[in-house]
Amino acid sequence: MSLAKRIIPCLDVKDGQTVKGTHFVNLRQAGDPVELGKRYSEENADELVFLDITASYEGRKTFTDMVKRVATEISIPFTVGGGINELSDVDRMLAAGADKVSINSAALRRPELINEVARHFGSQVCVVAIDAKEEDGQWYCYLKGGRERTDRTLLEWASEAADRGAGEILFTSMDHDGVKHGFANQTLARLSDSLSIPVIASGGAGSMEDFRDAFVIGKSDAALAASVFHYGEIAIPALKRYLREQSINVRI
Amino acid sequence: MQIAIVKYNAGNIYSVVHGLKRIGVEAEVTDDIERLRQADGVLFPGQGEAATTMSYLKAHGLDQVIKGLRQPVLGICVGMQLMCAHSEEGDVDCLGIFDVPVRRFVQTAHEQKIPHMGWDQLTDIKSPLFKGLAEGCYVYFIHSYYVERNPYSIAQNDYIQPYCAAMARDNFYATQFHPEKSGRVGEQILSNFLDIVRQNQ
Repeated sequence: MSLAKRIIPCLDVKDGQTVKGTHFVNLRQAGDPVELGKRYSEENADELVFLDITASYEGRKTFTDMVKRVATEISIPFTVGGGINELSDVDRMLAAGADKVSINSAALRRPELINEVARHFGSQVCVVAIDAKEEDGQWYCYLKGGRERTDRTLLEWASEAADRGAGEILFTSMDHDGVKHGFANQTLARLSDSLSIPVIASGGAGSMEDFRDAFVIGKSDAALAASVFHYGEIAIPALKRYLREQSINVRI
Repeated sequence: MQIAIVKYNAGNIYSVVHGLKRIGVEAEVTDDIERLRQADGVLFPGQGEAATTMSYLKAHGLDQVIKGLRQPVLGICVGMQLMCAHSEEGDVDCLGIFDVPVRRFVQTAHEQKIPHMGWDQLTDIKSPLFKGLAEGCYVYFIHSYYVERNPYSIAQNDYIQPYCAAMARDNFYATQFHPEKSGRVGEQILSNFLDIVRQNQ
């Protein structure tokens, strides 16, 4: 056996509450991201991602408080993202107890940020998230959660990010996100082949087979999903049993 | 029971504090030489660069203190590497508690990414540190340097080649992985270490 493929639930957090609803009726507060994260951790999720989708100062402070609670209550690694614009944001998140920080728009705008984060805190904390969409056979990177197109293309930007010291690439296909018909496997495989750092697949999970394909065809090191877990369409223990049956090394 | 965590310029020391708190123990983070010497058990965690952390330890006299501890000590990740004789990271002489070198992983195939990061398995486990755990259990690793197989080994992992994932000598224990981030298995390892501390009291 070797390094296990990772399953990563992603929680969008606004004003301290998980945004998409969940099916977990037995949680005291379904909207509490810490309770939900704990639940996933108990179900053997391998890591968690918490994304701050609030923009206000108060919202950000609430998010930092939540990060502190996650750090004290949950015993698996977690990444935080959203609103990470400069080194001081990274410092604040790590000081609150996050293991890794995901940077997206800020890195596209000022790529040196990746070097700074890697130099100050190590590559292992620096996840570079890339939202991209295919257009005439080229994958273009987008800013601001997919609202603004740039001229950077996926493969060249990902490899620049890796050279600058990113520890992992979290690639979300905007074409596949929310559609639930599988991940962008061909592109994932090209990304994985061209990089020497781990690739996390994101966008498109609808069935257990989709996860298998992200690992087998897409050659991803980890797969991230939100709604299929939150709405109970896929339970993590069942998913891991299925992947094991498919001869994929996962932690059970 | 007094548990102390060595305070130095390494990252993420507080995740060990939280890990211990989850199993009911309040640890003190300190670089006070007397507090460290008097503690019933000492944790020496770490994330960072070997040469930089080593020179910090020396400048603060902590190198001699750690080497001289008689109570149970648990080194974690870079803490384990610093307990070895020498590290290729920054080509630096370390504490020498374990007379073995630390080497950088050398990739032999594209799939073998460096750092070795994520959940991987322990084999050949043999120590009270792993009481109640099964062969092949998964723990969380994040490292680019490794300790070669050696007679002190109490657990092995296979990444690129078989190497030492944990070791023990006298009162010194060390893990390359992060028990404080390894879910239930990690909590078991931390509480096993606390049992070792209790039995030593």
